[in-house]
Amino acid sequence: MPDKNRKKFIIVLIATIAVYAVIRVLEGTEIINPYWQRVLDQALIMTMGALGLSIIYGFTGQFSLGHAAFFGLGAYSAGLFAKLYNSDHSMFLFIVSLLIGAAVAGLLALLIGLPILRLRSDYLGIATLGFGIIVKVGMDNSNKLISALGGATGMSGTPQIANFDWLFIFLILIVLFVRNFVYSSYGRACTAVREDEIAADVLGINTTKIKVMAFVLGCALAGMAGGMYAHRYPFLHPSSFDFLKSFDFLLVVVLGGLGSITGTVVTAIAWVFLLEVLRFVLGETFIDFRGVIYALILIVAIIMRPQGIFSGKEVGFLVPKPFDTLVGRKDGVNAGSGS
Amino acid sequence: MENLADQIINGLQLGLMYALIALGYTMVYGVVKLINFAHGDVFMVGAFVGYFGFTQWGMSVPLAVLTAMVVCSALGVIIERIAYRPLRYAPKIAALISALGVSLFLEFFSSLKFVFGPNYRVVQRPFEEVHWNVLGLNITNIQVIVFVTVLIMLALLQFLIYRTKVGMAMRTVSVDHNAARLMGVNVDNTISMTFAIGSAFAAAGGVLYAIAYPQIHPFMGIMPGLKAFTAAVLGGIGIIPGAVLGAIIMGQVETLTSAFLSSQLRDAIAFFILILVLLVRPTGILGRNEPDKV
Repeated sequence: MPDKNRKKFIIVLIATIAVYAVIRVLEGTEIINPYWQRVLDQALIMTMGALGLSIIYGFTGQFSLGHAAFFGLGAYSAGLFAKLYNSDHSMFLFIVSLLIGAAVAGLLALLIGLPILRLRSDYLGIATLGFGIIVKVGMDNSNKLISALGGATGMSGTPQIANFDWLFIFLILIVLFVRNFVYSSYGRACTAVREDEIAADVLGINTTKIKVMAFVLGCALAGMAGGMYAHRYPFLHPSSFDFLKSFDFLLVVVLGGLGSITGTVVTAIAWVFLLEVLRFVLGETFIDFRGVIYALILIVAIIMRPQGIFSGKEVGFLVPKPFDTLVGRKDGVNAGSGS
Repeated sequence: MENLADQIINGLQLGLMYALIALGYTMVYGVVKLINFAHGDVFMVGAFVGYFGFTQWGMSVPLAVLTAMVVCSALGVIIERIAYRPLRYAPKIAALISALGVSLFLEFFSSLKFVFGPNYRVVQRPFEEVHWNVLGLNITNIQVIVFVTVLIMLALLQFLIYRTKVGMAMRTVSVDHNAARLMGVNVDNTISMTFAIGSAFAAAGGVLYAIAYPQIHPFMGIMPGLKAFTAAVLGGIGIIPGAVLGAIIMGQVETLTSAFLSSQLRDAIAFFILILVLLVRPTGILGRNEPDKV
């Protein structure tokens, strides 16, 4: 490992531990009360799911409006597994159920992705939106197949194991994974497909394979985030995973800037907090205006930064050595938003 | 068999209302290549204005429909001017996000107590529902009103697009903005005009919807909007006859599944058919499959 990289690694490691320590200290002194802790945990889960969509749309350019369906599939399958093996709340079962969540979402993504990923842009968006609605109807009627899933009345009873520590560790691991994927040869192929599918094809990239792989990977991440959700919030309901939730993921990825891991992470956390801060700032009398202000912020933000807040830029440590001179320049590897 | 025929008529009623909404989606997509997610909420505003028209402002139904159409065309033009025009030459996804923002804004703003209020309202119909028995079919006066209104509006649209200068301008802009400008077409005005017409159609659809299914609330536009938009994609987005065809198919699928299979599976089956159709015809039933250009 070259000297400079090792130094960077140590700095990032220290920074990560410092962020963790600061949050834990604030928690200990009750500046962060359980309410804000819940919000923070939700922001971390949102980030994981949004990183999945970032791979699919931000880096590979495949328009998906059904991301929440995979998030929900992960949540329900992980939740169901943990509920059925309720006997001991062991960490091993927790990890296994997260992997099951990711696997179920990934497998369904493979089955649906193989046929529909040959659709282009808006048509792909509608097909995934349709899939999301089918999954939602399935969840609403799931109790007819397995009564433990609860159907339209929702499901509870999943052991609540995921706490801030787990979420933080998993988020760091997922960010590292996404970074390594994006700068691997597969990730480069994804970016090539996003920029120009025909050119990528001509270069010898198996575009179908790359698109399906990115889709499966992104959806599996959503499934894992869903598994986390099931272990953090005791009540799962189909309406938490409908197409409006898919739009939440989409606007985080777009507002953050397509093709930017930093953008997705920062925007996901900021967006979840914005909603709660608005509740706090507006108080009892103006709480009705929350949705209006939220919508106005969204419109103003996208008009002011149509290319997204971080459009193709990355914080230094998210860019491995050979690429760090390219990113962020106009002709750099991540430039352009691949519309 | 009679029951089947009745259900087909019910489906046609629903489908024709979807058609009014779908036309707005498809026309806007034709000229600016944008999925106007706020369109379903314009439909909602139309339903509310019409409702206030014939219940509180003492208007006759045709006048209420006209008022709703005028209000909504103004709304459509304002939305385009504020939220979409600044993003016209930005990446397409930016305008889509802006459209989502406008949609949320209209929903939450309408829910405010001093606007429409957050509650469901039951619509007092301005006239009684009358059932007629024609050749063994059960037909209501509401169905007749819906059929007649939609057919008149479709004829009007056909005339507008193929027989007037505005229509010609719209067709030109849908091919190429720059070429249209070189031909002397005022692109901005034409786009505004398209939004105005599309929104007026949605408003008419909204008032009819409120009369046919008499319950309205600020979030009522989401599902019909989504279905209508799906119908437009099913028929081939950007193609006007496609929108009508898609909407009629959508209405039939939905009504027939809820009547003979299960009303809970209605949406799932409608979207399943959409995905199947897209797999066979990736650009919709009437869509042109353009070859890849390098």
